[in-house]
Amino acid sequence: MTETETKTTKLTGAQIFLECLKKEGVDKIFGYPGGVILSIYEALYNQSDITHYLVRHEQAAIHAAEGYARVTGKAGVALVTSGPGATNAITGIANAYYDGYPLVVFTGQVGVNQIGNDAFQEADIIGITRPCCKHNYLVKEVKDLSRIIKEAFHIATTGKPGPVVVDMPKDILSASTDFVWPDCVKLPGYNPNYNGHPKQISKALELLCEAERPVILAGGGIIASDAMAELKQLADKLNIPVTNTLMAKGAFPETDERSLGMLGMHGNFWANHAVTNCDVLFAIGTRFNDRITGCLKRFAKDAQIIHVDIDPCSINKNVKIDIPIIGDAKNVMKAMLEEFNSNNYEINYEVKQSWREQINEWKKRRPSIEQHSDKLSAITVIRKIYEFTKDMNPIFTTEVGQHQMWAAQIIKADKPRRFITSGGLGTMGFGFPAAMGACIGSPDKVVINIAGDGSIQMNIQELATCVQYKLPVINVIINNGYLGMVRQWQEKLFHKHYSQTKISGPDFVKVAEAYGAKGFRVTKEEEIIPVLQQAIECRQPVFIDFVVEECEMVYPWVLAGNPINKILMSNDCPIN
Amino acid sequence: MNNNNNNNNKNHVISVMVKDEAGIVSRVSGLFSGRGYSIESITAAQTSEKGYARITIETSGGDADVIEQITKQLNRLIPVLKVVDLGDVESIERELILCKVVAKDEDRSEILRIAEIFGAEIIDVTPRTYTLQAVGDERQIRSLIELLRPIGIRELVRSGKVGITRANQFSNTKSAE
Repeated sequence: MTETETKTTKLTGAQIFLECLKKEGVDKIFGYPGGVILSIYEALYNQSDITHYLVRHEQAAIHAAEGYARVTGKAGVALVTSGPGATNAITGIANAYYDGYPLVVFTGQVGVNQIGNDAFQEADIIGITRPCCKHNYLVKEVKDLSRIIKEAFHIATTGKPGPVVVDMPKDILSASTDFVWPDCVKLPGYNPNYNGHPKQISKALELLCEAERPVILAGGGIIASDAMAELKQLADKLNIPVTNTLMAKGAFPETDERSLGMLGMHGNFWANHAVTNCDVLFAIGTRFNDRITGCLKRFAKDAQIIHVDIDPCSINKNVKIDIPIIGDAKNVMKAMLEEFNSNNYEINYEVKQSWREQINEWKKRRPSIEQHSDKLSAITVIRKIYEFTKDMNPIFTTEVGQHQMWAAQIIKADKPRRFITSGGLGTMGFGFPAAMGACIGSPDKVVINIAGDGSIQMNIQELATCVQYKLPVINVIINNGYLGMVRQWQEKLFHKHYSQTKISGPDFVKVAEAYGAKGFRVTKEEEIIPVLQQAIECRQPVFIDFVVEECEMVYPWVLAGNPINKILMSNDCPIN
Repeated sequence: MNNNNNNNNKNHVISVMVKDEAGIVSRVSGLFSGRGYSIESITAAQTSEKGYARITIETSGGDADVIEQITKQLNRLIPVLKVVDLGDVESIERELILCKVVAKDEDRSEILRIAEIFGAEIIDVTPRTYTLQAVGDERQIRSLIELLRPIGIRELVRSGKVGITRANQFSNTKSAE
């Protein structure tokens, strides 16, 4: 194979690094300097093509890059130093891996000759990241650097997206060579299959047309492959209700009449019942996480299951699949639509209509809202925020815990890339830095991080980053003085022994002010909207401390390991 | 190591063609340990094609679903080019063992006889021991070891299994449909 390559003059590894980023269209990176990557920071100095955002902790750099990737659809890029810089990045890398978002994470490494000698700030980051990234590279020669970077971006953004780590030793960055940008990527061991098998597609379509009680289960893969329009058309044409996972909020408009909203552990009563009782389940771009399936034996037990996924590993991993289709969600659904339009598939609209009526019956079951005291209700706070900002097309991020589930239940996402949350890894401390990345990726949008008083303290230092770069992230702190989700489990499952879950925090208003941000405290319902309005209008980083009732619990609730139609709807429900 | 498995989860030998790069064995074996799959034996060496290596892994205790997952997970690794479950295709598997047995005067002829039956060579002799080298499939190796055990095995070193497909069957590529 002949290769036409673009040749220029000799550059150092550090300069090549920047040139490669430019070739990949990267103009924003998140990072933190350190000894071994100083030559890159030297190259970054006095140039304006790439903006570097200095975070206050490497974990936040990776989450911010992921937030950026999630709102823009492009690969997020982060740069950290060797040793502790790189080990601090691990949680972020793992988070992007489990949720399937594209990142290229560059780590510094000690000089090639020092590797293995326990040098200062040395860590075997290739070994450490191997199980939590899509692929990783140690650059051993400067001439390989540009090829590796090109491959890294290719791997991160194609197939099932994910993080790729590139470990760059110090001496590689200072060595010089001709800068050669390869024209193509040659990875014989990597050929993601984008087009589903036509036979499987027709089989699936036939099954869906014949189905009497079908349900579509939309996963995050739909957002990754930008298949929202195809999903909507398919659901409309075949008259099939759609439930979505947490990662797929916005994959199908949640205010649509066919939407069942979220399913799973804290999913809607009707969504869980629809999936349990369906005769055909059409799952797209999901890996059937245990938070979705509950007890596997009872999950969609009478259903034939069709599963579209670009990652063959997702198929038959947790749930036995009847019709697997390995391919990209968009391509597969497009092919289904074409097939449906060109052949005379008959669908029994009436039968499907009666199924929808059954679902409408289930839709009447909603968890009762309980008034515990005259303190604010977290549910009310989040509902008011959602209703007030609905027309502004805001981006919501969340941390992890009760507030996350309430946000997922209350906020109806109609568009993709507007609800950003840590689903797979469940990383507390994700939401705030992700919101910064979202803010940088979508500077014209209102960005609101729904946080708990526990989670926000995990990356609270990023307030300094927000102030420095004037990022108007609004942090809504649902402050109940507890690690609420753990407390909730302790309340029902551990005899109300609130072991180590009462957590104190600082005065969030004062913290905000100390950092040079704006702080508000809300204790009464009537203050919610006026304060929110001020927060949005000031275009500054904001903490709003919502002092809420501590006893509130997230319902519906399916206890771990139970079938998803065994749902607790209120505190009064016995757990057996 | 227990090779007396029943039919449901017999040992599988999986042959993996990989790019021969630093850390590749650790990438493959790490996948096994990280996901709780067992490794009974693992061998890795270069192939006739420059830049490529073959890793042969014998795994136990997995039912068909587990083997399917292992195969897919291996395929997902970027430097992995081909994965073949040798149990799925016509193939030949062999293992080499070196076995040092106690060679008392009264046992020597018996050791020689056993060696002859199994086509094993005596590759080293000391006043008290004979060292045998044998190559065979799983059944042969197991029988040989069982016969030598009562005589007294001092040391046993096994290569782990290697395998090769019979016809041109190494074509189970990355698509798993």
